[in-house]
Amino acid sequence: MKRQIPVVLVGVFGLFMIFQYFVPHESSEWIYEFLLDWTIIIGIFAMALGLWSLYRVSVEKIKTRKPAWGYNYLTLVGLFTMMLFGFTTQNGEAWGWFFPFMVSANLVLVLVIQATVTKDMRGLFLSLTAVFFVVCVLIIIFDDTWGFHFETAEGLRSTMFRAFFDNILIPIFATMFSLLAFFIASAAYRAFRARNVMATLLLLAALIVMLRFNPYFGPVSPYVNKASNWLMNVPNLAAQRAIVIGIGLGIVATSLKVMLGIERGYMGKG
Amino acid sequence: MKHKLLIPCLLLLCFTLASAQEGTSPPEDTLLFDSASLPAPVTNLVAEDTDNDHGHAITLEWQTSADDGTGKQSVTMYEVFRWVPDLMTRIPALRDTLDYLKLRTGESWSEPEPGSRTDSIHNVFASLDDAALESKLESLEQTISQAIKGLPAAHATYPEDGEWQQVAVAPAGSATAADVGTKEKDSPDYLPDYSDFYYRVDAVTADPTIRTSSEIFGPVQSYGQWFNTGRLAVSVFVLVFGFFTVFFVYRARRGADLYVRPLAGIEAVDDAIGRATEMGRPILYVMGLGTADQIATIASFTILGRVAKRVAEYQTKLMVPAYEAVVMAVAQEVVKTAYYDAGRPDDYDEDIVFFVTSLQFAYVAAVNGLMLRELPATNVYMGKFFAESLLLAETGAVAGSIQIAGTDEIAQIPFFIVACDYTLIGEELYAASAYLGREPILLGSLKAQDWAKAGVIVLAIAGLILSNLAIANDWSWASAIIDLFRVVD
Repeated sequence: MKRQIPVVLVGVFGLFMIFQYFVPHESSEWIYEFLLDWTIIIGIFAMALGLWSLYRVSVEKIKTRKPAWGYNYLTLVGLFTMMLFGFTTQNGEAWGWFFPFMVSANLVLVLVIQATVTKDMRGLFLSLTAVFFVVCVLIIIFDDTWGFHFETAEGLRSTMFRAFFDNILIPIFATMFSLLAFFIASAAYRAFRARNVMATLLLLAALIVMLRFNPYFGPVSPYVNKASNWLMNVPNLAAQRAIVIGIGLGIVATSLKVMLGIERGYMGKG
Repeated sequence: MKHKLLIPCLLLLCFTLASAQEGTSPPEDTLLFDSASLPAPVTNLVAEDTDNDHGHAITLEWQTSADDGTGKQSVTMYEVFRWVPDLMTRIPALRDTLDYLKLRTGESWSEPEPGSRTDSIHNVFASLDDAALESKLESLEQTISQAIKGLPAAHATYPEDGEWQQVAVAPAGSATAADVGTKEKDSPDYLPDYSDFYYRVDAVTADPTIRTSSEIFGPVQSYGQWFNTGRLAVSVFVLVFGFFTVFFVYRARRGADLYVRPLAGIEAVDDAIGRATEMGRPILYVMGLGTADQIATIASFTILGRVAKRVAEYQTKLMVPAYEAVVMAVAQEVVKTAYYDAGRPDDYDEDIVFFVTSLQFAYVAAVNGLMLRELPATNVYMGKFFAESLLLAETGAVAGSIQIAGTDEIAQIPFFIVACDYTLIGEELYAASAYLGREPILLGSLKAQDWAKAGVIVLAIAGLILSNLAIANDWSWASAIIDLFRVVD
């Protein structure tokens, strides 16, 4: 029964999704959108599970002093800080006691982690946690220069959230992405070593295409351009289309297997 | 004496008026030129419900004006008008008031800018207290709801209580246009289904005041269809393919010997797990950036189950960093079941599968860090990958791991081929689960795929020949056959 109900649910909703593709009627769209809403709702609840998993794994690494365990503090403090920034906004021009509040809130988090990972001074850490928690509560009660916004996305537009996002996260992402250029160079070097006939052909093809698109020397020769265009538009495109057709068929076959209950890998039963 | 003065004054006035009239009246030849410059109207206007849609749209067709590209060549565009009842034109104003009342009764209310639209509404309601505003809000919501319900009836009152509104513009030379509305009842573009619409099309010249209207067409109603005939070919294909799948699964169940060509990447999985066991290093399984509803991720779950079972048997360490929380929850269940199936439930740890982040490059940083710190013996990449594929695979190569990858993202396949030891290309990712299990019913579905591919190749070649012959010989019947396979979205 535990296995049959999910299989039946997948079959019914999978079949509906197939019919939905062929039925443009508004009622079909309504059910489709309703199901998509459910996907979003489930995703939101699952996010709580994900955050809990991240917290547990990070605390475990701190506890067992895994290599580079200190970064786990940074991960959790960063997560907590951004969450608080996302839920708070200024009520006027001044920030009042917001920064002491943020420091106290992060100290509460760090002290809770310390109390979890140590045995010797757990009492001390818990006492300090209580002190800083009371400080946080008092600031929330008496400081009206800023406030929490849980119902609207106001906090996401707040100065602090945007500042951290724009000035820290985006440059880090850009840095990670730019590493791709160097990785491509090293991967290309390995790929283009002329070890055998096929690798030599690959090298030649790559040379022609690179000559065509090099930004420094301009067009080398009209023959190179023609050869490059032919390589890109004929053999390359033909191979890509063949793979796409195979992928399409594979997707349909896998979907049918999932709906018919033949493929149950997603339930942990292959 | 008094009358003697009055008479010349009256005469002077008459003379002045007569002169003024002479001065402002247009010459007769100008009037003749204006009437002659009117363009010929469009003819045979037909409006009908747009086919294969969810309703709320009307398609119009007409014969172009005789002065469009021919004759006087004066037509520059066509303007499509729909008769709209007064009730419909009143709804946007009611909505503006409703929006204002919602703002006013909400938490984020602030005084509107002087002279703005909100300010003009505010002036009407400024004196009302909160209770009165709430009551007004409620009654207004009911009014709008009633008005929307009454739209079909209001359209039926044509031509009373309404006006013509421009709903579409088509350039000269066009013989068709669409009046596409929306199903969202709170949108200004809402077009109610099952309402009588009336249309006319104006042929417009470079001077927009010189135009000729067509005859009015109506009534016509919009409504949604229950089958998209543009996707008939797809539906036939799905049915045929479904039949193939069921047929080969049935054959496999009856014991038919089905050959499946070896997949080097999958065969290497067992060796890679053995290597990790011998080296005492973990295995890293990366499921990519796909969500749980994507087929590549579903295929990855199946492969993860097989890998986890073998890992449990060999008592090797497994690490599965997840990009998405739902994927993490499903993967945890998959790994847990695999450990139970292997008879090693005690070895299962919930933190084998763990959530990292839902940001692409943050995920890459975390996984790369894991690779360089833990130095896994084997990295398995199965699922949906994007720009991070090479960042991950190259770091894995630097860490000296055996790498097996599989993805259906065309653009990432070359990167994996270059940086990994084994790569499953496209559909091989989906075939891997059947190959790993060696279960007859799963192999049966692979056979169905092979037959479908053969069918696609035959149809592609036949279509190529038929298209060329149809063009060369002007065969309309051949074009009709080709159109049967055309998918219209």
